[in-house]
Amino acid sequence: MAGKIATRNAYGEALAELAEKYPELVVLEADLAGATMTKFFAAKCPERFFDCGIAECNMTGIAAGMATAGLKPFTNTFAMFAAGRAYEQVRNSIAYPHLNVKVVGSHGGISVGEDGATHQCIEDFALMRVLPGMLVCCPCDGHEMRLAVEALLNYEGPAYLRLQRSVEDIFTDEIPGYRFELGKGVTLREGKDVTLIATGLMVNTARKAAELLAAEGIDARVIDMHTIKPLDEELVLAAARETGAIVTSEEHSVIGGLGGAVAELLAEKCPVPVLRHGVNDEFGRSGKAGEVLAHYGLTAEKLAEKARAAIAMKK
Amino acid sequence: MEKLDVKALRLAAAKSRLLAVDAVHEAASGHPGGSLSCLDMLTALYFHEMNIDPVDPKNPARDRFVLSKGHCSPALYATLAQRGYFPVEDLKLFRSIKAHLSGHPDMVNVPGVDMSTGSLGQGLSAAVGMALAAKLQGQTYRTYAICGDGEIEEGQIWEAVMAAAKWKLDNLCAFVDVNGLQIDGATADVMPSEPLDAKFAAFNWNVVKIDGHDMEAILKALAEAREAKGRPTVILAATVKGKGVSFMENQAGWHGKAPNDEQFAQARAELEAQIRELEG
Repeated sequence: MAGKIATRNAYGEALAELAEKYPELVVLEADLAGATMTKFFAAKCPERFFDCGIAECNMTGIAAGMATAGLKPFTNTFAMFAAGRAYEQVRNSIAYPHLNVKVVGSHGGISVGEDGATHQCIEDFALMRVLPGMLVCCPCDGHEMRLAVEALLNYEGPAYLRLQRSVEDIFTDEIPGYRFELGKGVTLREGKDVTLIATGLMVNTARKAAELLAAEGIDARVIDMHTIKPLDEELVLAAARETGAIVTSEEHSVIGGLGGAVAELLAEKCPVPVLRHGVNDEFGRSGKAGEVLAHYGLTAEKLAEKARAAIAMKK
Repeated sequence: MEKLDVKALRLAAAKSRLLAVDAVHEAASGHPGGSLSCLDMLTALYFHEMNIDPVDPKNPARDRFVLSKGHCSPALYATLAQRGYFPVEDLKLFRSIKAHLSGHPDMVNVPGVDMSTGSLGQGLSAAVGMALAAKLQGQTYRTYAICGDGEIEEGQIWEAVMAAAKWKLDNLCAFVDVNGLQIDGATADVMPSEPLDAKFAAFNWNVVKIDGHDMEAILKALAEAREAKGRPTVILAATVKGKGVSFMENQAGWHGKAPNDEQFAQARAELEAQIRELEG
């Protein structure tokens, strides 16, 4: 495949392509079809597309009701509103009754860019992860996103899926032996000195960081953790035992997301140095996506620095 | 089950009132006021209007019900128990750690509950989703909901009201239990919402106003709702909070308070007298 695509576009295309195969699939939108890319599904399957207007809480509740009737609803809006504005609806109307609704948050993270802090959701993993029974997934490229969409159609239960706005490289299709399964991380690169566990946009950044480290003779393992919950504990524990130091990387607050999940697990089951690379408990700001990522240190260089620091902390 | 006639419905409602108050007393916790105000509507739905089967509570063709004002679970549980979804004796374990009857309706653990509710403002959206699903799937089942007149202060209710009109959900019928009271006092003082008829009409709903304790009027309104085409129906039901227990009637303080033993003895005496009168 190679090439470049935003995961939101890959998502939108996949939904449209899967429309016929999954007649129970219904797509709910909150007036952002051109941004969340549900417009492709809407064009192909208008009878199963429901634009709920700018009313995310109601959209979330409608999806819950539809799920009780055996449909497979996907709700769509920006991550900020999916996980933020409608949080309590997701909790009480979807997660608590464990209904089969996929809550899709587009424009996750700070790479939203120009729109700035009000629209840069860096709390969604934390908010969704804390809900009992909620699956949380953030694919790293367009290829993985397509696989995730179909996997979620075959997954019975509530789930949150984060999409990115920015156009990025497609690379997982060229990883030998790559296989997608919800709840199973993918080792993209073997290594023995440190493990970089990343999700979403930061997975490719972690690969680049591993290259920088390799040039210094540091052998870094790279794991693509597309499913933040349930966390692939076995893979994380093996990485901790075998490499002795972990760095997590995500386009999210360092509190409560992938870094939190990994740190919680390792503190209890295999204490090793864990450094969290992400947004350090502050709001985002406007700028071009690359500029904003650089401003908050979400670069391969900064991640490599964290890796060196984690290695230095080993006993 | 044969549909109950008006006389039998009144008796069933009176029995449910006693069961509901008994459950709240046993639990020493719960919401009697709004439970008593909505019980005539619930009885009409479960013993006359809705196409349901307690033996097959998940039948895809069944009519659906969402108690959007979920704190009135004592009324719903009493109705479901009397209707045969689970033993009436279970009501003694309302809100108990030992049983399945949680404080607010729980669709996972309570047979007959179609949607988990309790957080106000959310149930009507789920009912819209159910009605929309029926239209999409070519199913003829109808969806009913009961909202509180305090509950409709939640903005999400009006989002759902707009959406139901957009999709012309004539298979959806919502009651508003207009008992005029909420926790902090009269709705007219806390957050005035009248004129509700004009508001719902402006949102393109079919509006029916009734006395929410007049069983004949409830049945007639439900029949009218079935006949309304191209738009959802709201039945604005004027009710008395605490209906049937003299000292609870029209008292905001009985929104979420359990009667003590002495108070319960009096409530039981009053409700049993009503039952005897209806049986006579």
